[in-house]
Amino acid sequence: MSLSSLSIEPSGSKPKHLTIGRIGLYCFILICALFFLMPLYVMIVTSLKDMDEIRSGNLLYIPKTLSFYAWPKAWSEACTGFVCEGLKPGLINSIKITVPSVIVSVSLGALNGYALAFWRFKGAYLFFGLCLFGAFIPYQVMVYPLLKIESAIGIYSSLPGIILVHTIFGMPILTLIFRNFYASLPIDLFKAARIDGGNFLKIFFYVIIPMSTPITIVAVILQVTGIWNDFLLGLVFAGRDNQPMTVQLNNIVQVDFGVAEYNVDMAATILTSMIPLAVYFISGRWFVRGIAAGAIKG
Amino acid sequence: MQSLTRNLASKIALLPMIIISLTVFVGCIIYSFVYSLTGSKLIPALNYVGFKQYEMLFKSRKWDVAVENIFIYGFVFTIGCLVIGFLLAVLIDQKIRGESLFRTIFLYPYAMSFVVTGLVWKWVLNPTFGFEHSMHLWGFEWFKLDWLVNRELAIYAVCIAAVWQGAGFVMVLMLAGLRGIDDDIWKSLSIEGVPKWKSYLFVILPMIRPMVVTSIVLIAAGVVKVYDLILALTSGGPGFATTTPAMYVMENFFSRANLGQAFAASIIMFISVVCILAPWAYYEFYFRNKEAKA
Repeated sequence: MSLSSLSIEPSGSKPKHLTIGRIGLYCFILICALFFLMPLYVMIVTSLKDMDEIRSGNLLYIPKTLSFYAWPKAWSEACTGFVCEGLKPGLINSIKITVPSVIVSVSLGALNGYALAFWRFKGAYLFFGLCLFGAFIPYQVMVYPLLKIESAIGIYSSLPGIILVHTIFGMPILTLIFRNFYASLPIDLFKAARIDGGNFLKIFFYVIIPMSTPITIVAVILQVTGIWNDFLLGLVFAGRDNQPMTVQLNNIVQVDFGVAEYNVDMAATILTSMIPLAVYFISGRWFVRGIAAGAIKG
Repeated sequence: MQSLTRNLASKIALLPMIIISLTVFVGCIIYSFVYSLTGSKLIPALNYVGFKQYEMLFKSRKWDVAVENIFIYGFVFTIGCLVIGFLLAVLIDQKIRGESLFRTIFLYPYAMSFVVTGLVWKWVLNPTFGFEHSMHLWGFEWFKLDWLVNRELAIYAVCIAAVWQGAGFVMVLMLAGLRGIDDDIWKSLSIEGVPKWKSYLFVILPMIRPMVVTSIVLIAAGVVKVYDLILALTSGGPGFATTTPAMYVMENFFSRANLGQAFAASIIMFISVVCILAPWAYYEFYFRNKEAKA
């Protein structure tokens, strides 16, 4: 199934009248929606309460008095161990990790997909299969040996180190979706470009890339959310000075000493999920296409 | 020599992929396996001890708990996601108003980090100030929701959080399947007078089998990896009641300096993933090719 034939949009006309069955249906779907929304709602209201109200009041009620104490604290003062700088450094680190990782991994994925779709050579698909298989290997199997490889080339625990790791683990899925997209393009187009004397790079830059906008958007969304939400790889490979937001968030919340401030925790949690949620709400349909493209092979 | 230079640009372009596949995906597994046969502690050393690390692993009480947890989690999470995901997809498929709004609501948790999911649910399920407290304030004094501090139930709290995050993903896949069903099939089913729930369960569900299989494989492959969610939600506790194989591996690598043990455990993880994948890969690539040729 190709990306373009995949649709989750409804077809046909909408039913006209409300029967008892349909009212029941709406009630049920509304209850489901409330269950899914509840944690997000709780996060937001908790972050706007003061600690007294959190201790005595109801988790599910809106704040009696709005308190904006938690947000600036989560942003720039909350402590992770001995450092009290809030999430701000984490946000900057996450940006420093995500932007180059996305650019490198998506470019490489596009190049791989292009080579596999149009310039097949003997054995290429064997390596591609191997690469796809890599997507299913648990990170824990590869983390330590990879750490050894990275320290051997001297980039372990640094920004290039974590960027390389994200590029490696993003490669299977990105290569797959770009290959599938390119394989669905009309082959005559490629043949015409060949007859006109285009070579590998020329065709890639002048013919293929200009046609790749939709799949590139899908790939970028997939990678931005994936890399931003990563915890394990950031923890192991980024090094102390480049810890991404997710790692800092966990450190802030799980800190062992001092009084737990749930409002600060929740404000920090919202701040951390702000970027992926914004990407999700703005991109909507593209996000769904990304999921579907990643899930459906060939 | 000529064959090597043919299509050279493409070969050069794919070189990074080839190198990564061989060194990282294949190389790391071989490396882990070789060192799982050694008594490495703080640094990897080639002092072979045979399969002793594996023996120790299977005798370890903690590993036992981890394996038991991953089975519970895998079962509840997979079934939960499939049932709820399918149900949501069917609901959404009823040509309802505000469809895209509901879809957005059911899928948004999937856009969030496991750490975020874990921390939110940790707060909602907090036995002192969380949902239990709300119920008490509403007069339901008997209500108890102490899963996070209960050794037996903590793993189910992890399942709830995970299903909350993953069900929307299954919904999207199933919905794509449902929308691919031809209108004629629905017409003939309604002419035959088959009730809707029966049609979905016995006619449509078998028809979207590829989507169901894909969902199961993707979810199951994710089960083995579960780490961040549990770290954020329970930190493996109470005690080590919610520890998982992934946590066992990470602990032995990075805080217990027991490399040999970590390698052995990671190899077992790898083998279990292969066991999940092999039947599916066999079906997808071998069986289907045969079918296509016939």
